[in-house]
Amino acid sequence: MTAHDPYDPKEFYDNLVKHKLVLPGTTPGIFGRGAEFEKVLLGFNNLVSRIASDDSAELMLFPPCVDRKLIEKVGYMKSFPHLAGTVFSFCGHDAQHRDLLGRIQDGKPWADLLEMSDISLTPAVCYPVYGNLTGTLPEKGRLVDLTGWVYRHEPSPEPTRMVSFRMREFVRAADADTVIEWRNTWKERGLQLLLELGLPAKLDTASDAFFGRGGKMLAANQRDQQLKFEVLVPVISAENPTAVCSFNYHQDHFGKTFDIKAANGEVAQTACMAFGLERMTMAMFKTHGFVTAQWPESVKKLLWP
Amino acid sequence: MELSFRFATRPTNSYQMTIDDSIRKVLKDHANLSVDALTVAEDADLYKNGMTSQTGVNVMLALEGAFDFEFPDTMLNRSVFQTIANIRAAVQKLTEKN
Repeated sequence: MTAHDPYDPKEFYDNLVKHKLVLPGTTPGIFGRGAEFEKVLLGFNNLVSRIASDDSAELMLFPPCVDRKLIEKVGYMKSFPHLAGTVFSFCGHDAQHRDLLGRIQDGKPWADLLEMSDISLTPAVCYPVYGNLTGTLPEKGRLVDLTGWVYRHEPSPEPTRMVSFRMREFVRAADADTVIEWRNTWKERGLQLLLELGLPAKLDTASDAFFGRGGKMLAANQRDQQLKFEVLVPVISAENPTAVCSFNYHQDHFGKTFDIKAANGEVAQTACMAFGLERMTMAMFKTHGFVTAQWPESVKKLLWP
Repeated sequence: MELSFRFATRPTNSYQMTIDDSIRKVLKDHANLSVDALTVAEDADLYKNGMTSQTGVNVMLALEGAFDFEFPDTMLNRSVFQTIANIRAAVQKLTEKN
């Protein structure tokens, strides 16, 4: 007899489906969200808005796709070619269309009938922001508030690893001291927020899932320099808790790439922080149970004041 | 011009010089330094002289090609590639095994 794993991913997914929180999909990594799931997700996103209301962030909204050249420009294909989603579309005429339909009918591959478009799926909601910051920043720098859908090509049956999900993100651009101070403030604030919501959250240094052997070096660099932190909550594993929130310090990478200058004339530095909204929501269901009516009063009050 | 002339006339018969020359050539071609890779001090911090995380990866891969070895995962970190002296120590360690 094997011991029951309280963090079994399949059991967790099945429970999300059973309680109509998740509407099952037909391909790994893609599924619908039910009304109660959305109620929690939006409640949390609104709570973040209330907490950040005094920060005077500028709201920006972008679609879930970007100019492919932007993905090339920021170096995404160097670091994460395996996660990118590039849009290919049918641009042929009638004869090719008949060929296409015939192949679909026969279950044969049809990728060669498509052409690469100028569009990529957005891999992180902050990428479209930086081009809007080009030039010299005001004295206090700028702070941008974003919510949007992102794409990562890592299909998995495990519910916390989605192909498409929402991020609530803030981007700070200013001189180095200002950016680091902002990042440190949010590190405390983000962790505190999750603890107040009753989640067994903890903060840790982290690294991105960079591609290949070069990626191992990039990840070691990122850890050595403490450029990335995550807030982790056990959702589908006690040993490897799930990152629900991350803090990334880019140094002058985007400042240089997009010619952004701080008010002091130096190349601007940037940092971002983001909550994975679906993962946050799943962490809430894992911790407090699948029926929101039974959640602690203090938690309900925070989400739905 | 003058620098490359000096480089070309250096004695190249010693083992040490060959390693250093190869390392400096890789740095010149791949590190995108803001200083001359052929003359930069061997203890100068390459990351403070224009090498980025990304060009550092290119340097690592080019060194593997130049010396025909593979860095073990434990050596894929910032300090190994921080200075010419550090790179030389790593190269010597990996080539001595062969």
